[in-house]
Amino acid sequence: MQAFGAAPAGCRRSSEFTGGGRWEHFAHDADIGVRGWGSTPAEAFEQAAKALTAVVTDANVLPRSEVSVSCSAPDLELLFVEWLNAIIYEMAVRRMLFGQFMVQIEQGRLKGTLLGEPVDVPRHAPAAEPKGATYTALEVTRGSDGLWSAACVVDV
Amino acid sequence: METALFTRIDPTTWRLEPSGAMRVPVVIYADQGLIESMDDKAIAQATNVATLPGIVRGSYVMPDGHWGYGFPIGGVAAFDPDHGGIVSAGGVGFDISCGVRTMLTGLKVAEILPKQKQLADSLLRQIPAGVGGTGTITLDAIDMDAMLAGGAQWAVERGWGEEADLERIEEEGRMAGARPECVSDRAKERQREEMGTLGSGNHYLEVQAVAEIFDPVVAEIFGIAKDNVVVTIHCGSRGLGHQIGSEFLKEMVVTAAENGIVLPDRELACAPINSEVGQRYLGAMRAATNCALANREILGHYARRVFAHFFPHSELRVLFDVSHNTCKVETHLVEGKQRKLFVHRKGATRAFGPGHESLPAALRPVGQPVLIGGSMGTGSYILVGDARSEAQAFSSACHGAGRALSRHAALKQWSGRKIVDDLAAQGILIRSPSTRGVAEEAPGAYKDVGAVVAAAERAGLARRVARLRPLICVKG
Repeated sequence: MQAFGAAPAGCRRSSEFTGGGRWEHFAHDADIGVRGWGSTPAEAFEQAAKALTAVVTDANVLPRSEVSVSCSAPDLELLFVEWLNAIIYEMAVRRMLFGQFMVQIEQGRLKGTLLGEPVDVPRHAPAAEPKGATYTALEVTRGSDGLWSAACVVDV
Repeated sequence: METALFTRIDPTTWRLEPSGAMRVPVVIYADQGLIESMDDKAIAQATNVATLPGIVRGSYVMPDGHWGYGFPIGGVAAFDPDHGGIVSAGGVGFDISCGVRTMLTGLKVAEILPKQKQLADSLLRQIPAGVGGTGTITLDAIDMDAMLAGGAQWAVERGWGEEADLERIEEEGRMAGARPECVSDRAKERQREEMGTLGSGNHYLEVQAVAEIFDPVVAEIFGIAKDNVVVTIHCGSRGLGHQIGSEFLKEMVVTAAENGIVLPDRELACAPINSEVGQRYLGAMRAATNCALANREILGHYARRVFAHFFPHSELRVLFDVSHNTCKVETHLVEGKQRKLFVHRKGATRAFGPGHESLPAALRPVGQPVLIGGSMGTGSYILVGDARSEAQAFSSACHGAGRALSRHAALKQWSGRKIVDDLAAQGILIRSPSTRGVAEEAPGAYKDVGAVVAAAERAGLARRVARLRPLICVKG
């Protein structure tokens, strides 16, 4: 959403580049926004998921085990919220954090793989627990540079 | 925010007349400083709320109003089911029935101080808090449904609380109309091991000193005096409420068009009260309310256990337990007629004045305790409902200080370790598994709660009774 200023203004970490993608946090009065960029919507979703994990911890999250998720929605933006909510659900019920993500999107259906490990409170020092992804500042769009971005505010 | 568009009715009332799709005015209760510091986006959200079908009288914003989701935080709106009124998942929020309870300990500050550090350490150990904080209670499917139907009454039956607590909890500890069958398996799975956990973010358990009394008569009826010690718990319906909120938000967005509802913002997702989705949401939301009531009752029980260890003769009595993310069916006087309305309070506290029939006999002559959480450094307030609030905002008041800086900005400005040390030097012990979490909740990241409650009092929403100063704060 342009109202927040063009990236990377206000980024906590504007230099998180991974596999051509990147992510950032952006400010919300009470909570926090997550945004990922990538050459495809799937890659932008993967990067935004990293931003979601960084809401919880600054520590490295090791890829010790793998969890599969799937979700669907009538459009890409709603699908993005479903994706983040699927991760939040797995974080909550498995008491895990995830650091690597793989996404495939086909015809409104998303299949995702999450790689992570159980929460280790002393090491991860988790700062906040995401409650749910919201439709506030929700936008999945392709910029003039051809990069996709996926963003929304997460309630913590 | 630019105030030029508003008509200033009196020093703390600002009105934006309906235009475009707005069905009612926006009414903001704030002093000049507070309204100027409000985000334009919060006002835009209040304006969007004013367009929703069946809204009655006004879209209200409390003095702590700020940018939320769909509804502003600090937003109050009532809807009439007989005039196409809606219920909104976004208008209740993700943490359904998040709220505050304050318990009186009967102890004096001087009795706490020699044991303050041990008490703080013990509370951190005994109160599961933060991400990865695991409770000791696991619910099977039968227990889950019993909890969702029974609320704090269920907790008391199971031995986590006392019978006498119930009359001091909204709805006497059990929200009627809960429908556990409307709660998804995923929401229940998220809650299976979460009962009796505090959560994280701005949730806390505090041991507080009564620092100042504003209204000695009401304070005496509430049972509080200067230098008394109280325990205050702020938390909600945990993972269950969040999952219900997320699921119904999506369902209401997808079904809005077929219900003939134009959404100015998808986060305002709603459904007619008299629709299948609306009724199902109400059933699930009330079940989540019971989850929050049960959770605070269990946490209160844990606090009792810790206090009993250090102070064998202490007796923790509930002053009151009130939620600030709710939709409640209430009867209100509108243009001379009593009407049954669905009152949404998103980050706003119900604040019934003297004589309200729902209040227990001991509180009825003076009104409902209204519990306002501040930041961990500055303190909190106990207010009492004001009869004028019925006409002002359907008997509602503020709920907290409201953030002045985002988490993001707070992290740039403060170190958690330094905050813990600085507050310790002031006699406030912070206990948290995360120093970053402490930095995000830095006292300086919040507005001045004193200004918020003073504006609430001037606006006739609720009156100040006491100010509380933190001694110990356990944060998730």
